[in-house]
Amino acid sequence: MSDLIRRDPRAEWIARNRLHPLHAAMTAPAGEVRGPSGLLRKNPHGVGFIGPNGIKRIDRSGGSNAAAGGRRGAAKSAQAVELPLHVVEAPDFYVVTVLDLVGGRLGSHDKDVLGQAHKLVNGLEGNGAVLAVVFGECKEEGFGLAGVDRLLHLEGSEYEGYSPEQRLAALVEVERRFTPRYWLFPDSINGGNELGCRLAARLGERPATQAWQVDTQQTLCRGAGGSSDITRATPRLLLLAEECAEPVDERRHEALAVELDSIAPSLVRIRDCGQVAVDPNAIPLAEAEFILSAGNGIRDWDQFHQAAELLGATEGASRVVVDDGFMPRPRQVGASGTWVTARVYLAVGISGAIQHMQGIGQCDKVVAINLDAGCDMVKRADLSVIGDSQAVLAHLIELAREYRHGAAENAA
Amino acid sequence: MTSDLNIVALVSIGQHPKSGRARRAEQDARAVELGMRLAGDNVQVLHAGDAAEETLRQYAGMGLKSLRVLQQSPQADAVVALGDYLAEHRADVVLTGVRAESGESSGMAPYLLAEKLGWPLVTRIADIVSIENGEAQILQALPRGQRRAIQVRLPFVASVDMAAQVARQSAFGPGRRAELESLPWVETPDSERAQFKEAPARKRPKRLKKVKATTAAERFKAATAKSQGTGGRIIKDQPPTEQAQAIFDLLLEEGVLR
Ligand SMILES: Cc1cc2nc3c(=O)[nH]c(=O)nc-3n(C[C@H](O)[C@H](O)[C@H](O)COP(=O)(O)OP(=O)(O)OC[C@H]3O[C@@H](n4cnc5c(N)ncnc54)[C@H](O)[C@@H]3O)c2cc1C
Repeated sequence: MSDLIRRDPRAEWIARNRLHPLHAAMTAPAGEVRGPSGLLRKNPHGVGFIGPNGIKRIDRSGGSNAAAGGRRGAAKSAQAVELPLHVVEAPDFYVVTVLDLVGGRLGSHDKDVLGQAHKLVNGLEGNGAVLAVVFGECKEEGFGLAGVDRLLHLEGSEYEGYSPEQRLAALVEVERRFTPRYWLFPDSINGGNELGCRLAARLGERPATQAWQVDTQQTLCRGAGGSSDITRATPRLLLLAEECAEPVDERRHEALAVELDSIAPSLVRIRDCGQVAVDPNAIPLAEAEFILSAGNGIRDWDQFHQAAELLGATEGASRVVVDDGFMPRPRQVGASGTWVTARVYLAVGISGAIQHMQGIGQCDKVVAINLDAGCDMVKRADLSVIGDSQAVLAHLIELAREYRHGAAENAA
Repeated sequence: MTSDLNIVALVSIGQHPKSGRARRAEQDARAVELGMRLAGDNVQVLHAGDAAEETLRQYAGMGLKSLRVLQQSPQADAVVALGDYLAEHRADVVLTGVRAESGESSGMAPYLLAEKLGWPLVTRIADIVSIENGEAQILQALPRGQRRAIQVRLPFVASVDMAAQVARQSAFGPGRRAELESLPWVETPDSERAQFKEAPARKRPKRLKKVKATTAAERFKAATAKSQGTGGRIIKDQPPTEQAQAIFDLLLEEGVLR
């Protein structure tokens, strides 16, 4: 095929006309070209398009795309941006991070800790690798994007539940095998603080706790219950406060799995007898992990309360139903109610007014049951079910009852 | 409950978060409260520091006959003194707070004591349900208001969480009358601490939402657009059974059903 650019007047016209219904589809951004070294290559001749009067036009707003309508533009399709891959082949040293992985996923605190780890690696000579240690069940796939060069995943019955002694034994083994330059833990109540302190006591290190400004020389950490700042030389073991550093977002990392040989099972002196059932409605709404929230789309309130009880969910409500007297004021979620942090927020018949959405900004997974597929709650939700709340809740109750029944039978 | 149990509660001088005034530390007072509920006034309350400190009487005012103080100067490492004392004097249960309200407040004291004594450490407990046949049933406070049951053999160290029962009020008169028993004790200077520089807490900068936009149009969009979910799954036109099943599967996968 010749290299002649064949003009397609119709396509050019659509590319110029931003209101044309086909405009977006015709002007999909061209995929980027990378050279063999991974460097971004730009073709200066490919920029812009020929206007109707034969003059070249360059639109830098990205609103209409280069060479749209031309033969070359049509061949290219939209492509997800791929970040450059950062490879550490034979690391000179390691910075070890022990992550919380609440609910099996990286939290924002974990990502901040990884960002801090890379800041420390960059501040040191030689090429270092960030080794992440995670325990137990793991559903995360984005370790590479969060900045993990090496991943040590320890799993098995001995690490399940509350097993600080076994986890400590594993970390001592990591210390022996990798002799990390730094140990970083999230200073959180989700286990990071406890493991970090245990390891510090075992290794005889004096950790910096609630550290929030760290470089290779100096550490600034909160003392006296958060009312003073302590400046000190950076120790080898750090418990980092939230937002201690920016998370990694410009590179991909390998997240290569590493293994430890064998870890001697430690003597279990602390026996975990499992979680105790707590009344979900006794948990403060702001702290609850799983909230079933009712809006104006609920008609059958007995059914709603029954569903919450069977699912073991804390009850929440939108302002309208609180104003109407169906739910007490302390249950209101939103700007003038409680800001919740639930991991799973199940919104039944809530339209998603902005005052309500503000209150659920920190929720991980939002599930919506609504009649209206176009409402804002459905746009925000990770899973939306378009249907009548009463019918869906009835079946949900059925499923929960079966599940509880099955669990009781298994236990018996 | 058996009163021949030897329960030691370690207390420190607290600090009011707003006024900065010395007070009994909230968590330590809860530890004393827990100890008093387990062993009546047989609980031994121990402090390493200055016996002349008036704030200690706020603990005594909870109904203690006496309070033992290992005499230490402010530069000394209190954990070493407490560890030596506990190694010499037999205890079954050592209760502490999670984090001190003043000083370095690293929360390392219970860990260092447990490591030194070679005892198990249970962190953030909400209650000790029972102690029978040398074994304790403990309720541990988890994030999000959850509780976990734990079994541990005596002796052990436990740090008491804010979820534990609130400490009883302190009465001024009995606090005055209680005996502060001061023991001279060997001091180990905390040399590392001497190199720390301490200043009132600076306000931490709020993290701003950074917009990585290259063009004005993108910046405009980022500033004005409503935040939208990254395309959740929408289940439409299906029988409610299947819709409910999809929700239920998600709940199971997230592990929120117990
Ligand atoms: C100053 C101010 C502060 C406010 N603060 C808050 C606040 O803190 N919290 C708060 O929640 N609100 C607050 N609001 C109110 C807010 O603006 C909305 O009015 C409110 O959130 C709407 O509640 P809703 O979604 O339950 O009701 P609606 O907007 O009436 O939505 C009902 C939804 O249910 C759906 N539906 C109806 N029938 C069914 C059915 N059978 N099955 C399934 N779905 C069905 C509908 O499609 C609709 O989407 C505030 C308002 C103001 C002015």
